[in-house]
Amino acid sequence: MEGLPHQLVAGIATGGIYASVALALVMIYQATHHVNFAQGEMATFSTYIALTLIQAGLPYWVAFAATVVVSFAIGVAVERVLLRPMHDAPVLAHVGIFIGLLLVVSNLSGLVFDYTVKSFPTPFDTGGGPMLGGLVSGHELGSTLVTLAVLTLVYLFFRHTSLGLAMRAAAYNPTSARLVGIRVGWMLALGWGLAAAIGAVAGIMVAPVVFLEPNMMLGILLYAFAGALLGGIDNPAGAVAGGFAVGIIENIGGAYIVGTELKLTLALAIIIAVLLFKPSGLFGRVVVSRV
Amino acid sequence: MLRRRELLATSSAALAAPRTARAQSTPGVTATEIKIGGIMPYSGPASAYGVIGRLEQVYFRVLNEAGGIAGRKINFISLDDGYSPPKTVEQARRLIEQERVAFLFNTLGTPTNSAIQRYVNQRKVPHLFLSTGADKWGNPQEFPWTIGWQPSYRTEAQIYTKHLLAQKQDARMAILYQNDDFGKDYLHGVRDILGDRFERQVRAVSHEVTDATIDSQIVSLQGSGVDAMLTATTPKFAAQTIRKMHDIGWKPSLHYLTNVSISVASVMQPAGPEKGVGIITSAYLKDPTDPAWRDDPGMTEWRAFMQKHMADADHTDVNYAFAYGVSKTLEHVLRRCGNDLSRENIMKQVTSIDNLEVPTLLPGVRVSTSPTNYHPIRQMQLARWTGSTWERFGEVLEGARLT
Amino acid sequence: MAAEDAVPVEIAAAPASALPVTASWLVTPALVLLALSPAFLVEGFRLFQLTLVAIYAVAILGLNIVTGYNGQISLGHGAFYAVGAYSTAILMASFGLPYWATLPVSAAICGALGWGVGFPALRLGGLYLALTTFALAVAVPQVLKHDALERWTGGVQGVFIAKPDAPFGLPLSADQWMYLFTAAIASAVFILSRNLLRSRIGRALMAIRDQPTAAEAMGMDLAALKTRAFALSATVTGIAGALSAVAVEFVSPDSFTVNLSITLFVGMIVGGVASIFGAVFGGLFVVFVPNLAEEIAGAAPGVLYGAILILFVFVLPTGFAGLLRRAAARFGRSNLANKAPQGR
Repeated sequence: MEGLPHQLVAGIATGGIYASVALALVMIYQATHHVNFAQGEMATFSTYIALTLIQAGLPYWVAFAATVVVSFAIGVAVERVLLRPMHDAPVLAHVGIFIGLLLVVSNLSGLVFDYTVKSFPTPFDTGGGPMLGGLVSGHELGSTLVTLAVLTLVYLFFRHTSLGLAMRAAAYNPTSARLVGIRVGWMLALGWGLAAAIGAVAGIMVAPVVFLEPNMMLGILLYAFAGALLGGIDNPAGAVAGGFAVGIIENIGGAYIVGTELKLTLALAIIIAVLLFKPSGLFGRVVVSRV
Repeated sequence: MLRRRELLATSSAALAAPRTARAQSTPGVTATEIKIGGIMPYSGPASAYGVIGRLEQVYFRVLNEAGGIAGRKINFISLDDGYSPPKTVEQARRLIEQERVAFLFNTLGTPTNSAIQRYVNQRKVPHLFLSTGADKWGNPQEFPWTIGWQPSYRTEAQIYTKHLLAQKQDARMAILYQNDDFGKDYLHGVRDILGDRFERQVRAVSHEVTDATIDSQIVSLQGSGVDAMLTATTPKFAAQTIRKMHDIGWKPSLHYLTNVSISVASVMQPAGPEKGVGIITSAYLKDPTDPAWRDDPGMTEWRAFMQKHMADADHTDVNYAFAYGVSKTLEHVLRRCGNDLSRENIMKQVTSIDNLEVPTLLPGVRVSTSPTNYHPIRQMQLARWTGSTWERFGEVLEGARLT
Repeated sequence: MAAEDAVPVEIAAAPASALPVTASWLVTPALVLLALSPAFLVEGFRLFQLTLVAIYAVAILGLNIVTGYNGQISLGHGAFYAVGAYSTAILMASFGLPYWATLPVSAAICGALGWGVGFPALRLGGLYLALTTFALAVAVPQVLKHDALERWTGGVQGVFIAKPDAPFGLPLSADQWMYLFTAAIASAVFILSRNLLRSRIGRALMAIRDQPTAAEAMGMDLAALKTRAFALSATVTGIAGALSAVAVEFVSPDSFTVNLSITLFVGMIVGGVASIFGAVFGGLFVVFVPNLAEEIAGAAPGVLYGAILILFVFVLPTGFAGLLRRAAARFGRSNLANKAPQGR
């Protein structure tokens, strides 16, 4: 078991990537009870927008903020245009929309921004030396902090603001929520907007590590799903913890147990195991529905 | 009675138009046109390579404007297969059976070309200058109509291994390879040289294209106490590897990098130019960013072409130098066919190229083929990264002659 | 656009056959003949394309059985297609079985696999099942490449097989024979599936899809029916995969990426969910539209593809088949209005 502590730290670093994307997935789920397959692609597209702004000369944090706002708007627009007419449609129709969105956004990224690998700047460049014997770079620490900050904001939003409460209500019981006067349609749109914004942040944090290209998120998305499910898809903190856990499991498993060739299968196994034995995840809340 | 009349009509038509009859035996070629087919991944995961097809289209257009070949215009039909072998089969059949092209040119990808290789050879259609470094295309006994162009990955790995052994007889090597045809060809190349010693002296770890990072693999390899590292993976992961190795302070005495990932713009710059100092690769093409070629006539010609006809493209992308080189080779072959553009003669000219010099190939690297040598380019030159460019050193080397 | 149009209840309530009973036993053989005819009308490349159409139609039919009729959303049917294809390829290449003998074996293997997948699927619903099957689709190429299986699967290199010549010395080209064989198998599968789905079992499957609680209350064994639906669905798609291996003469991990599963899904939606005939439209769409899209959109056929999918979900949720059905119903209604009312 040579290098175990190193693998662990590497796993935590990778896990940070999954955690940030898992947060976006949980956001969408909490607000809409949708699992958005196109989340990764939308995040990639947002990251490309950020890169364009930075290359046009805007300072990093300005571009960051602008991208977050633009992504929010895109998320709201997608919900209003594509999903509003589908509110009462069966699940299959929703899946169709998500898959269609995945195809369109992913190919659009490639079409508009081309397929060559691009590097993305990081604001956390320590310049001098990496920490912890080089296992964790300044950026990875910085992005983990950003993820935790976003997580805190999300948590506070859902728990301690009336808007957050209204959103949760709209997702759980639209009919009752409407009766109480909540504008359910706009709550869902808001949820999509926030999820898209969080996705943009995740993309901007991830790109410096894995390099930006249109298919950047495909592998990450699956691991993020596994993490979100493991931690509990309705629990933001749980999803973040799940993301880290998946990162560690994947690294340790790939290095010592199943070999690097079956890492995706490992993620799949995690997803199945969680859904079979503890569908609400490690930290999620068990919801019992009465027939 | 109707049948007899038809028979008379067709036979007299055949007698009256001998030229049409000859054109029938040279499919895809008429008095005014040469039809060529190409299949590229213009969409999907490998679409970064689509630029090769785009340059080829422009190249033939420019060639036509300058008069074409043997008084004929080239009609280059390039279709998309999205890097999916079943789709490649469909497109190949469309090109050969419906469009009736004379031959296929520079089709890209190993699994994709594997899928059509047998079909193409059965139909006796020239399958020229495949855009893949897999070693298996140099097989004239079984597949006489298929021929590659670039040096094979296996050859490249052999060159690295030989170089390493020349420094230290029992050197130990770590290999990070992409788990597909491309990556595995490097394993085979190393094994070719090491033979039985492979198990003892090599520690190899793979990764998938869908992996987010290769940190875990690098950490595994660092602990194995090797003298050299071979990185056999695509640009994104190569950049990650270079950066990670530097960050964790792992610097084996020799680090070899696959020729596929030597792009300054896509790999060395994103990784951090100072982090890759000392990395060795091998090259057969002139790198567009290398200042040594500032006044080189070949690259001047290439640059003029790019400025005039592909001004919006990324001029640092070595894929364009590749595409130009292979298109030039085809032009040379077609001109040597003269007026006989039958498939047999095309193949004959393709298999008798004698030390052809191509503008974008390194000096000393030539294209040579013969009826028994289906590896047109077998030479490469080692180069070392200085922090700003790839500095070539040593002589032009050749891989092991295994055929 | 009413959301109600999206719910396939409309289809389940449709009459079993729009034609009088006497005509329907003429229609089926006529359709079969129609399906077989291209072998003598078209050749080479076009015939190959039509062979692919037939294969994808069968694959989409399989997907339709479990997703359209039974409501279990699968985004991973490419996995069954791949298993069918590899089974046939391995049986032919490593064990020397003739192509026609591999079909039942491949079908059985896929059926077993489908049944195995059906069990965990019971616990998952809707989006979670879609997500899990999506993960399965992404993981399939990795498993196919694995060293442990390399001796049979050929690893990344894949497996080559040869298309059979026409048997008994029939004067048909290999392409023609391949098409006839494929079309015949496809016709058989379609007929059997139609009979099954129009029977009690089919109605039970649809009942489970629409009102699972009521179905259970009425005494249906949900677990048994759902797992068997998955098994059947996997078998059908597996047969399509097996046929594709012989038609393309090559299998490799790159032939069965997640794009395949997405393609089958798109074909099902566009062709018509919960429609047997829709699978044929789906097959036609999947084979011909990407080429059209390439000619139109050039650089980004994928964008057009995704846009078409979204458009169909919005405007034509019941797909082409639904469109035809509505047109036929309107025609039938105006026809009936002219005749004297009769009990049906």
